[in-house]
Amino acid sequence: MSGIEVRNLSKSYGSTQALNQVSINFVENRIYGLLGRNGAGKTTLLNIITNRLFADSGEVTLDGKVIQENDIALSKIYMMSEKCLFPEKMRVRDVFKWTAAFYPQFDMEYAFAIASKFELDLKKKRDSLSTGYGSILKLVTAMSVNVPYVFFDEPVLGLDANYRDLFYRLLIEKYSEKPFTAIVSTHLIDEVSSVIEHVVMIDKGRIIKDEPLESILSQGYTITGPASAVDLFISDKDVMSYDMLGGLKTAYVSGKVPQDVPQNLEITKMDLQKMFIKMTNEKEVSK
Amino acid sequence: MNIDFESDKPIFVQIAEWLEDAILSNAFEEESQIPSITEISVICKINPATALKGINMLVDKEVVYKKRGLGMFVKEGAVKKLMKERKNRFYESYIEALLEEARKLNLNKEDILEMIERGYSK
Repeated sequence: MSGIEVRNLSKSYGSTQALNQVSINFVENRIYGLLGRNGAGKTTLLNIITNRLFADSGEVTLDGKVIQENDIALSKIYMMSEKCLFPEKMRVRDVFKWTAAFYPQFDMEYAFAIASKFELDLKKKRDSLSTGYGSILKLVTAMSVNVPYVFFDEPVLGLDANYRDLFYRLLIEKYSEKPFTAIVSTHLIDEVSSVIEHVVMIDKGRIIKDEPLESILSQGYTITGPASAVDLFISDKDVMSYDMLGGLKTAYVSGKVPQDVPQNLEITKMDLQKMFIKMTNEKEVSK
Repeated sequence: MNIDFESDKPIFVQIAEWLEDAILSNAFEEESQIPSITEISVICKINPATALKGINMLVDKEVVYKKRGLGMFVKEGAVKKLMKERKNRFYESYIEALLEEARKLNLNKEDILEMIERGYSK
């Protein structure tokens, strides 16, 4: 089995079960979106994969070999974490040099080139950077390491719209030129949904979806119209929730988009963000 | 180039239609090169697999073709072909939709014909 394979991973912090029997594959050369609400277990999962945390049970392998304490496997994975782990007084330029010492494939020229696109000052000390530039520093480093698996944990935290846009473009450009596996964990689902190919949704420590984006988007739709007509239409459907506006009802339905819809009803597809919200909300409708 | 991410139309179909429009308007002439998958995906901020799927729609229609090592090119006769296809689709996409909306508004045939006349005399 090639790629990163996670098998039956569990982890608890005291009485909180952060991960519960999680199994998932990350294959080569694909852009993944790792989506989950706050505290769903995204960062815990990434930290275990990159050997920063120990699991209570289960294992992680890369190309069939256990990752834990395996330097060769770990050198193929880079994690851009949410917290900044570089020494506080280290200058930007030295962060690059330092990372290059651990990751020999590090592309210094590329790092300098994109740092200047983000107007990141190479002479600044790490602890003097703003929140946004802290993210940018980690981002530029992660984009330059040139390893087969790169995890981006909240890569655009604190970035303005222009720089977020720049990041998505750079990611696509890099991926097109030299494919690698990027796993992007973010709450800005709308922004990332066009970039990712495969979606992994995690909720309360469990994987609830692990599918190509397209297949997820084909699993739900909304139907709007006069309440009585909507009720009739959804009577045999799996309804996630609904909104009422006077006599007008909108139902969020999971299932394939039906072909034959009554004339007075309007059907629209659901985008990834809507799907995510409906799938991870506490059930509003009891069946 | 604007992708409407809210649209019911899949992104790869929008990419294909955008390229078709550009070919129809001669922005990409026959036997000239169209943008690469990388260029399209970076500009539109979409996954390269999506861009590829859009281009493949045009390859299947034999509107563009691949020159090994060079990229994708517009095929000779592409404009004629697309024009024909669009004309065939005109009825479904415009006339049927028009009649449906007209029914909702209780507009009869004479009303519609009159509006079309008005449109032409502008």
